[in-house]
Amino acid sequence: MSFLRRVYIIAWKDVLLDLHTRENVTTLVFFSALILLVFNFALGPDRELLAQVSAGVIWLAFLLAGMLALGRSFLLERENECLEGLLLIPVDRSAIYLGKLGGNLLFMLVAEAILLPLFAVFFNLDLWAALPRLIPVAVLGTLGFAGLGTLFSAMAVHVRAREVMLPLLLLPVAVPVILATIRSTEVILRAGPWAEVAPWLQLMAGFDVIFLTVGVLVFDFILEQ
Amino acid sequence: MLLAVGLYVGLVLAPPDAVQGDVQRIMYLHLPFVLIAYLAFAIVFLAGIAYLWKRDEWADVLAHSAAEIGVVFTGLVLVTGSIWGKPTWGVWWTWDARLTTTLLLFFIFVGYLMVRALTEERGRGARYAAIVGIIGALDIPIIHMSVVWWRTLHQPSTFLRAQGPAIAPALMIPLFVNFGAFLVLFLFLLVRRMRLEQARREAEALEALT
Repeated sequence: MSFLRRVYIIAWKDVLLDLHTRENVTTLVFFSALILLVFNFALGPDRELLAQVSAGVIWLAFLLAGMLALGRSFLLERENECLEGLLLIPVDRSAIYLGKLGGNLLFMLVAEAILLPLFAVFFNLDLWAALPRLIPVAVLGTLGFAGLGTLFSAMAVHVRAREVMLPLLLLPVAVPVILATIRSTEVILRAGPWAEVAPWLQLMAGFDVIFLTVGVLVFDFILEQ
Repeated sequence: MLLAVGLYVGLVLAPPDAVQGDVQRIMYLHLPFVLIAYLAFAIVFLAGIAYLWKRDEWADVLAHSAAEIGVVFTGLVLVTGSIWGKPTWGVWWTWDARLTTTLLLFFIFVGYLMVRALTEERGRGARYAAIVGIIGALDIPIIHMSVVWWRTLHQPSTFLRAQGPAIAPALMIPLFVNFGAFLVLFLFLLVRRMRLEQARREAEALEALT
């Protein structure tokens, strides 16, 4: 079995699990929608204000909910000593990292795909016009966030106060991705020029490459018993 | 001793700034603090790599000590910066690129210390902390770049002057004296902290034996 096939199988295991339990995607969707609702209390009904902040609110709802899913990712493996099973697979540890990342990425992207039309209705957005340009932003941004999140999630299960540990580690480090997704989404939603989006995309791509490489390199040290 | 000389030169001898007057003297603390903090985090980064690679306990002691001192100095940077900012910009805090980056730097390395403190086994804590340190140090330039873009793409003119008047030699010399003084202080603290940490670990090892 090739390396990529093993990565795929580890990711597929998580997807299958979720298809049976419906824990991740369902909770992600509802939690994001609730965050959005609560944000609305803070912002009030002013149309113009909402148009200005919609990009930020949408992404914060996605990412905060995504963080919960990331936190559960390795908790599940620990609960029934599944991690020991994963470690027994005769494959480089980085395959486990990439596999778990693949699962998490998929959950977050599916939740985003379900929620975007809903948010477009709430915020009165022209989704069809923005969609082709929004997709690369969403994929690169979510990849960077999930990439670091998967890494820190694997750490947090062995740390006391683990529920707080993941956000504490992830949020400051993920600032470039959070900023880049929000700012580029904001440009896209007001139909701004592509030249304003491109530098953010490059930044996200660079971020993703650097931190996925770091993740692959250091994941071995995290799983070490 | 050198510290006292540095503070005296900076706070008393150096001429006041043409625009800001005596308030500017806080620069003689602020700038050395920043540089020491960056130096400390560079050490955390390199020692983290060294620890993961060679598993040398000494590298971990070094990283831990440097990170603690770095966090203290970053805190001092934020405090002295605020004190400097209030009379010159009129506010304690502004979401300027450099300020935001420094605040995030502070948070990242507080996270570093927390991972270390809250992990049950020490070996595991040391590995995790090393990874957080490496990621944090690599992230700082990217954070800075993104925050600079964020501020410049949307607010071309901030009320913050990008560059003060070029520093005159009369101000430069006390600045260097202070750099030297705080560097010595940093090295002193680092060595003391490392000895303490090593002693603590030895004590723990002995306790485990009995």
